[in-house]
Amino acid sequence: MKTLNIILKGLSLFIILNLLFAFFPPAMGKLSAYNILFPGRERLPFGENSAEAYNLSLFDLDAMFASHKINGDEKQDDDFRVILIGDSSVWGTLLKPEETLAGQLNSAKISACGKNVRVYNLGYPTISLTKDLLLLSRALEYQPDLVIWLTTLEAFPMEKQIASPLVANNEESLLRLANSSGLKVDANDPAFSRDSFWESTIIGKQRALADVFRLQIYGVMWAATGIDQVYPPDYEPAQTDLEADQKFHGFEPPVLDKNSLALNALETGIKMAGDTPIVIVNEPMMISAGKNSDIRYNFFYPRWAYDQYRSMMSELSLKNNWAYVDLWDAVPAGEFTNSAIHLTPQGEAVLTWKIAPVITAACK
Amino acid sequence: MTIVQILIVAAAALFWGLVMRERGRVYFLLIASTLVIFWLQPSLPLRGFDFWIPVATLIITVFSWHITAAEESRREKKNWITAGILACTILLLNLTRFLPFVSLLTPSRPPQIEITIAILFVAGLTLSALSRLTKFSASFWRSPLWVTAGLLLTIGLFLLIKIPDLSYWLVYFLRSLTGQDVFSSRITDFRWLGFSYVAFRIIHTLRDRQMGRLPAVDLAEYVTYVIFYPAFTAGPIDRIERFIKDLRKPSALGNDELLIASQRFMLGLFKKFVVADALALIALNETNALQVKSVGWMWIVLYAYAFQIYFDFSGYTDIALGIARLLGINLPENFASPYLKPNLTQFWNNWHMTLTQWFRAYFFNPVTRWLRSWEKPLPAPAMIALTQVATMLLIGFWHGVTWNFTLWGLWHGLGLFIHNRWGDMTKVRAGEWAVTPFRKSLLNAVGVVVTFHFVSLGWIFFALSSTSTSMQVFLKLFGLR
Repeated sequence: MKTLNIILKGLSLFIILNLLFAFFPPAMGKLSAYNILFPGRERLPFGENSAEAYNLSLFDLDAMFASHKINGDEKQDDDFRVILIGDSSVWGTLLKPEETLAGQLNSAKISACGKNVRVYNLGYPTISLTKDLLLLSRALEYQPDLVIWLTTLEAFPMEKQIASPLVANNEESLLRLANSSGLKVDANDPAFSRDSFWESTIIGKQRALADVFRLQIYGVMWAATGIDQVYPPDYEPAQTDLEADQKFHGFEPPVLDKNSLALNALETGIKMAGDTPIVIVNEPMMISAGKNSDIRYNFFYPRWAYDQYRSMMSELSLKNNWAYVDLWDAVPAGEFTNSAIHLTPQGEAVLTWKIAPVITAACK
Repeated sequence: MTIVQILIVAAAALFWGLVMRERGRVYFLLIASTLVIFWLQPSLPLRGFDFWIPVATLIITVFSWHITAAEESRREKKNWITAGILACTILLLNLTRFLPFVSLLTPSRPPQIEITIAILFVAGLTLSALSRLTKFSASFWRSPLWVTAGLLLTIGLFLLIKIPDLSYWLVYFLRSLTGQDVFSSRITDFRWLGFSYVAFRIIHTLRDRQMGRLPAVDLAEYVTYVIFYPAFTAGPIDRIERFIKDLRKPSALGNDELLIASQRFMLGLFKKFVVADALALIALNETNALQVKSVGWMWIVLYAYAFQIYFDFSGYTDIALGIARLLGINLPENFASPYLKPNLTQFWNNWHMTLTQWFRAYFFNPVTRWLRSWEKPLPAPAMIALTQVATMLLIGFWHGVTWNFTLWGLWHGLGLFIHNRWGDMTKVRAGEWAVTPFRKSLLNAVGVVVTFHFVSLGWIFFALSSTSTSMQVFLKLFGLR
């Protein structure tokens, strides 16, 4: 009887806890050892090989931001806070934190408005304007003086918007954002990963909870080593010999249909930032000189689509008075690594000196 | 073992404890343990060997029983029945190769049954021939030669598995035997799950047989003792006379027993799968040893390893003790707060206790007695140094005959010797000084801290296979690099 009692009590308690968790989900991600026991991370957590990268991909935005150093740095009066958002090229695939654009801008010790420029890397791998917007909505809570939004055409197609796992797993946040900002989102999009009631319980959320817990544990290794991704000794370089393919995500020449691009996400972001200035940067890409390079610039883009995109962005920025910088060809082809948008440290240095004046000028 | 595997074997034990009660416990354990050793054996690239290795475990166990058993016991019908049950279980497992769902109880599809039948036939024939030999020449059979041969063979097999160069040649040979590419040979191709423990249980019985203190056990009891599934992969190493006492005792899984067993089991799961697995993410390893940037973090990574290995191993022990208790077997404790001990001798009396007891019984004590029996015995300090270093070196080799385990054994052997000498030198002075409870506690606390750090530094050799990496970690820990 005693054993049965214990089992029954234990089970009841477990069920009650699960129900409470499902009905009143706690913001577990906000509890973080980063910026308290360990230094905050230089970039948002992302990684596929946790054991070697001391990093992992998770979808809990609270936990992601709580682990970032921006969450621990109190803004000083003489700080000019700059936030970078964008894809893996901003996050810095294959680059050490100090080699990324944010790292190099910080090393450059530039000033703006008589203040010290402090740049925060809030880029995140996967290319989607909506993903950037989701992160921007959080980033604005950290009182930036300037937001630099680096993007590329690949982030614009509608089909890419919710395909980013970070977006797909944050349906609630995105819909809330859509309601408050006018972002057009199809609430019934099947790409959203929706939790059933069962999946909202502790048992259902065990993977997500374990990820938050593991992120905290990896804080030790981040603090001890400064490593947050795997740096392979070699990698396959970005493709330079290309297919003779004119298509771009279902778009075919001659017209890149504006209505099928997520321009609304860009507009929403600028509107959402309010008084905080945003500079949109068309990020550098590799311009291939290999096979079929007369048809395509690189693996991502046929020339016709990309050229139209650039014209469209110039027109839109003029029309809407957006701060827009087109750096599409700013970096030589030899300074790209494993993708047509991932830069070498030298490539990032080139980009740094193109972006630095943009920051200084933002003061005006 | 994965958590799913553990839960399944625990459920089997619970089912037996609650439903079957006392009915056929020995045969239940015999068959369950036999199935489990096949089920847990890791899959190997050597064709068929992930099936034949458990078969070899069983054959070796049966042979060692044959060597150790009393003459009349060998001929008893129940033992032939047990041998038949084992053979049938193996053959039935082998027959699963014809089932559509592949490898349910074996790591891969079992090999051709003809080969297994041939192996069992040869084993049976040999056993029968040995029995006949006994009949014709009882004195010859009783000769200690057989037991010595059994001991040497077990030790030889153990060395074959533990010495990397020998393991490589074994893999090379087995690959050529099975017509596989010999140039792809890796020592990891041959992994004999649980053999370290099986070998030590067998050596214990053989040695006790030599000393004439082995109790009479039948084949079913003997095999169950050697391959008892809760303790098969990670111990503890029980003594046969204690084990069979529990096995023969009527066992009823009452409320209290169930509660104690469940608590122990749950504690083990928590230690292993929550604490140890979390610490494993930050514990010292070959990669992070060279990545850590500062002295402070290097110590934290080392502490993480020290606690990870403790929680991992003692967690597995708790799981084994919990499951065994469901089956009515009270396995011996293996850990008793070792990191809270004030000196190295006490640490080793409380860390992997059954292994150290084994070495004490079968190596340290006999060697010490032998050294003392010399006409001109060595001076006491030399004798202590020799026996302690040799014992700890052997414990190191038990983990693997490699340089890192040699250094680990040497570290502890010398540590025990130094502690022994230091203790002798300071005993009087320490006694005079520690006259108040506070001073006693302070002395104890200092001892605990020093011992823990000595043991933790020793773990560097244990964790890292490369000696040069170990040295770099040492230098980093003391700010010399």
